[in-house]
Amino acid sequence: MRHIGIYIHIPFCVRKCYYCDFLSAPGSAETQELYFHALCRQIRLTGQGEKNEELSVCSIFIGGGTPSLWRGEWIAGLLSAVRESFFVEPEAEITLECNPGTVSEEKLAAYKAAGVNRLSIGLQSADNRLLRRLGRIHTWEDFLESFRLARAAGFTNINIDLMSGLPNQTLEAYEDTLRKVLALSPEHISAYSLIVEEGTPFYEQELELPDEDTEREMYYRTKELLSQAGYERYEISNYAKPGCSCRHNLLYWTGMDYLGFGVGAASLFLGQRYKIIDSLEAYVEMLSGTGESGGGGSALNAVKTQLQNLTSQDRMEEFCFLGLRCMKGISMDAFEKQFGIPFLEAYKDVVVKYEGLGLLKREGDRISLTDKGIDVSNVVLAEFLL
Amino acid sequence: MDQSKIRNFCIIAHIDHGKSTLADRIIEQTGLLTAREMQDQVLDNMELERERGITIKSQAVRIVYQAKDGEQYIFNLIDTPGHVDFNYEVSRSLAACDGAILVVDAAQGIEAQTLANVYLALDHDLDVIPVINKIDLPSADPQRVINEIEDVIGLEAQDAPLISAKQGIGIDQVLEAVVKKLPPPKGSPDAPLKALIFDSVYDPYKGVIVFCRIMEGRVKKGTRIRMMATGAQEDVVEVGYFGAGQFISCEELSAGMVGYITASIKNVRETMVGDTVTDAENPASEPLPGYKKVRPMVYCGLYPADGAKYGDLRDALEKLQLNDASLFFEPETSVALGFGFRCGFLGLLHLEIIQERLEREYDLDLVTTAPGVVYRVHKTDGTMLELTNPSNLPQPTEIEYMEEPVVSAEIMVTTEFIGNVMELCQQRRGTYLGMEYMETTRALLKYELPLNEIIYDFFDALKSRTKGYASFDYELKGYVQSNLVKLDILINREEVDALSFIVHADSAYERGRKMCEKLKNEIPRHLFEIPIQAAIGNKIIARETVKAMRKDVLAKCYGGDISRKKKLLEKQKEGKKRMRQIGNVEIPQQAFMSVLKLDEE
Repeated sequence: MRHIGIYIHIPFCVRKCYYCDFLSAPGSAETQELYFHALCRQIRLTGQGEKNEELSVCSIFIGGGTPSLWRGEWIAGLLSAVRESFFVEPEAEITLECNPGTVSEEKLAAYKAAGVNRLSIGLQSADNRLLRRLGRIHTWEDFLESFRLARAAGFTNINIDLMSGLPNQTLEAYEDTLRKVLALSPEHISAYSLIVEEGTPFYEQELELPDEDTEREMYYRTKELLSQAGYERYEISNYAKPGCSCRHNLLYWTGMDYLGFGVGAASLFLGQRYKIIDSLEAYVEMLSGTGESGGGGSALNAVKTQLQNLTSQDRMEEFCFLGLRCMKGISMDAFEKQFGIPFLEAYKDVVVKYEGLGLLKREGDRISLTDKGIDVSNVVLAEFLL
Repeated sequence: MDQSKIRNFCIIAHIDHGKSTLADRIIEQTGLLTAREMQDQVLDNMELERERGITIKSQAVRIVYQAKDGEQYIFNLIDTPGHVDFNYEVSRSLAACDGAILVVDAAQGIEAQTLANVYLALDHDLDVIPVINKIDLPSADPQRVINEIEDVIGLEAQDAPLISAKQGIGIDQVLEAVVKKLPPPKGSPDAPLKALIFDSVYDPYKGVIVFCRIMEGRVKKGTRIRMMATGAQEDVVEVGYFGAGQFISCEELSAGMVGYITASIKNVRETMVGDTVTDAENPASEPLPGYKKVRPMVYCGLYPADGAKYGDLRDALEKLQLNDASLFFEPETSVALGFGFRCGFLGLLHLEIIQERLEREYDLDLVTTAPGVVYRVHKTDGTMLELTNPSNLPQPTEIEYMEEPVVSAEIMVTTEFIGNVMELCQQRRGTYLGMEYMETTRALLKYELPLNEIIYDFFDALKSRTKGYASFDYELKGYVQSNLVKLDILINREEVDALSFIVHADSAYERGRKMCEKLKNEIPRHLFEIPIQAAIGNKIIARETVKAMRKDVLAKCYGGDISRKKKLLEKQKEGKKRMRQIGNVEIPQQAFMSVLKLDEE
């Protein structure tokens, strides 16, 4: 059996946040319904592929957008489509992203009944003023209510998304958010620092961002406070209580296969990377069965784009630059087993250079980033490209 | 060939006064070419020339004119470059002519290069006929310009043709004036051969093609010729003249004619411009006067951005040199930039043109070091060193004194900007020599200026301070003693040889400060702090610091979209490739170039 992950993208939201670079936008009820059917069709058509009986799904992640805009039946419908098409392990991690203020008791119960066993809630900050500045649709109080409902519905594995390095955010305000969130004792916390991306409203604005020193301080404080509270940083931006690391997140970094469904979703499957096209209209049209490529297989191929067959070199590079995002780093033995080349033969110079600068560390078989190395990880990771 | 039916002439003008357009019209109206065959500017056939609107290489064309007297005349129109950098090329073109058409813009009147070119023509004993161009412009004032020509230059101009080359107005008058007012060539076809080389191009099939004016004697296929300066001897394979854009072979070239000779010559260096070609079996006793070796005035280092392209750069320079005898280069090594060449140019424009041709025609990425002039270093042991690379400056204890080249510059400007121009010249260490009023509104300012103060951006600065109304010309005057120092740049405490330059002691502090500021903005942050220092000897005179990089981390990866992350890392790696490693510091190629433009505010 080969373990794989599944990602399902729901690109709808109530309103786009000012920093958001994801493929998401508000959509009419009609569009959303068409999209739901197209998604199910893409899942089912993919499931008819060969050798699927060898696959075993260990993680499903429904992301967005705001998937929690969708009522329980649709989420259940998606998951049934997956189950009908693939073998889903009984203990599989099934995550749904939700935004505060979009969930109700009934919805959450329906998600739970459909098999969702992990929620990822986008809070970003406990500071209402900052939430407005970000263009979020909710307040801290809305979040508290949603979180309470989630616990009440029986969700015992919850992630909370936070952001640092926000406009006019002070270190104190950020620590306040961390403390308030820790008081709720979620199983997992993702803490990202803001990246102002081209094409977002933030990119056009004059932002008063914290200086680099403050931004880094926020990062250090996150680790300090969270580790005091019993969370382990297992990836650059992800923290979890013991045993609660996000499996889906990890499969990206460890080179496992995953299938992406829905617009813009990325896949790695049988040595090939590809994406689904970004255009919602084209996606729906091609998968509705009425478009030119109405047939099953051809419709599947028609929505794929940016196909790239990974060479052995690509895979070596990815092994390193993705693996090093995890705090436990990469195993030199595993590298050699997979590629038949001793790790140090390929990367001795890089390792020696950055060990010397204190950015990489070697412990037994494993190589990983130091805390200092995390701060400038792009510099280090870029050198793992051959 | 009846000499009285030949006219060898050139067109001289200040830049943009319409020289090339007039040449086009002349070629068009003499009927050798149909309008359809006309490229925009037939004489300027290099791509770069057309883009920049200037003429780099002198060329010639032979045309046939049916004159009003019923006779057919052969015109050899020899094109000349208009820019001051190419004075020597102008000079050798003029030597091949018997007369010149002086084109003056009916609105702008006489400009600095008008004067410079006229004086050159008169030096070569050419008859000059003035032509007033652009009379179709609303601001044209031909009578004022005619008076100006008579008053300032002293040329009879009352019956100068009033033309618009662009509109094709008055071109016949110019052609008739050429027949009537310019002299036919002299020189006996039966005397021993004397032919002046005014240009040569390298052709991969024919070898060097020598462009020459036959002053005396004759030459044809089989003649054994000898270059009087270089001594090279070859048998002539072909002679001919210049059609528009092509070579047309003929039986023989004789005294008075302008044409080309091929003789399986492999190297343009054997056919130096200005040299005299004679018949090896019946040689002339004396060469023609006027041959001088061109000396580059401006030097800089040229390095391939990719060190592996060193061989390609050498090949490209060699090829360019085949057609450009004034380009000088020799290998040099820089600690910072690796293997490259120290190259000598006639001026900054020449440098830019070569650089562009290398990049465009030979697809090379180049790093250029700061251009400098040739300094004379008089050493305590009594010897003198001509310094073209600042890195070769001897120890201060070995230097008695140094000299730098100065030029005498003439700047023509409308009177309202005289103050601005004087201020600029003052800043550039100029010595005021005098001023002449052309009319009440314009003046000719004369300054002595150090060459190294004008090679960077003097012309740009001049234009910006005079709203583009100033014109400028200069010629090398000689060397004067000067208080010069070598300014070194240290990056992370390591001297970067490619950034060193020679500067006057008074400007050293400001230069040093500006260099450091500029470099601070060009050098990306590293994992450690990088001091940037300017130093004279052991003394630090300016410092900036590039702070250490604190953060370069991608917090989030988008839903498994690994390609996006990889692209980012690839971009980072790519950027690194274009950097030069100095010690632990990576310096973008761009940084070496940016310091050339220190004075742009």
